[in-house]
Amino acid sequence: MAVGKEIRTQIKSIQNTQKITRAMEMVAASKMRKAQSRMQASKPYAAKMRNVIAHLAHAHPEYKHPYLADRDVKKVGYILISSDRGLCGGLNTNLFKAAIASLRENDEKGYKADVCVIGSKGESFMKRIGANIVSTASHLGDAPGVSDLIGSVKVMLDAYDKGEIDRLYLVNNDFVNTMIQSPQVSQLLPITVAEPEVEMKHHWDYLYEPEAKVVLDKLMMRYIESLVYQGVVENIACEQAARMVAMKSASDNAGDIIDDLKLVYNKARQAAITQEISEIVAGAAAV
Amino acid sequence: MAMTFHVDVVSAEEEIFSGSVEMLFAPGEMGDLGIMARHSPLLTSLKPGELRLQLPNGEDQYIYVSGGMLEVQPHIVTVLSDTAVRAKDIDEAAAMEAKEKAEAALKDNKGEIDFALAESQLAEAVAQLHMLKKLKNSTHR
Repeated sequence: MAVGKEIRTQIKSIQNTQKITRAMEMVAASKMRKAQSRMQASKPYAAKMRNVIAHLAHAHPEYKHPYLADRDVKKVGYILISSDRGLCGGLNTNLFKAAIASLRENDEKGYKADVCVIGSKGESFMKRIGANIVSTASHLGDAPGVSDLIGSVKVMLDAYDKGEIDRLYLVNNDFVNTMIQSPQVSQLLPITVAEPEVEMKHHWDYLYEPEAKVVLDKLMMRYIESLVYQGVVENIACEQAARMVAMKSASDNAGDIIDDLKLVYNKARQAAITQEISEIVAGAAAV
Repeated sequence: MAMTFHVDVVSAEEEIFSGSVEMLFAPGEMGDLGIMARHSPLLTSLKPGELRLQLPNGEDQYIYVSGGMLEVQPHIVTVLSDTAVRAKDIDEAAAMEAKEKAEAALKDNKGEIDFALAESQLAEAVAQLHMLKKLKNSTHR
């Protein structure tokens, strides 16, 4: 039957699209689970370090590590963590909005910003708007290692050591749950230390080998790196969750369109049949 | 029976070991260390090497660490293990690479953020998302 040939081809092509979005949804779902467990696995490390640093900050009121000391701000640094790929709803857009709001706030105070971007989406966005990108890392894949980030973080830490930046922020997505990912801007440097939960009764301190300063330097550097790493892993979980949701709604939408087109197609087919019958009847009546 | 203490071996990427241990041998920066329960608090960095854990059942467990930190408290010991071999020149090279990538990414850049451009682009993207949402709702009659 010649009726609705083009409608049928259209339905076919939408069905093909739907197959792709379904597959992407399922891939994202399984990747999300893996990313989530990686996110959980990275938590104890940073938590332990935070404890040690909190202790150090309180045990040594006289020695202030530069990472713990607040200083006058002239220039700020940002580490922006975005995804490498698109098709994940408004994830990156919302993140960039938060980043821009924070950047603008600092700009109004007259603080210039250096940016370190992780992920190619952020890279191209920051490049387009003309931010001063000092280091980048992208295409880290689904399971990045800390070693992939050392370089770009070190650039920012060195800048902080040299006094080129006086404050360092981390911008990444916070994984609330599968449906909700909220962008957050948090301060990495100087480190803000929480008060110890229990007041220490007697003063005690570690033995340091080789000496306090060297050990602290190492510890601080690793702490910042682990926070950035955590941000990256969390962002991957967010990306996969957002993609899963986006692809699910794309599949649903494709289903709706297919239903609509099927309705149109059936109506046309019925009309054609009715017309044919009435033509035959009219022909028979004429004879 | 010897006293045991709790040991956590964690790296930034995963938790490697957690449990009771009778004695711990670690490759400290200033020489090898043997730690038993009630050791006084100690913080030291580790060299790449082997971590040996003497478990209460008499078995030994070996864990390779590529450096890291060791934190000792009387009843709990934490090994913050590095996942990669760290050396000053390797780190330096990684930093240089990250910088070069950034420089390659933006030639002829003025370092001034064009907020108007940023906001217009974001507004456009947000409008598109809104539009998609509306379209979706309208098909759901």
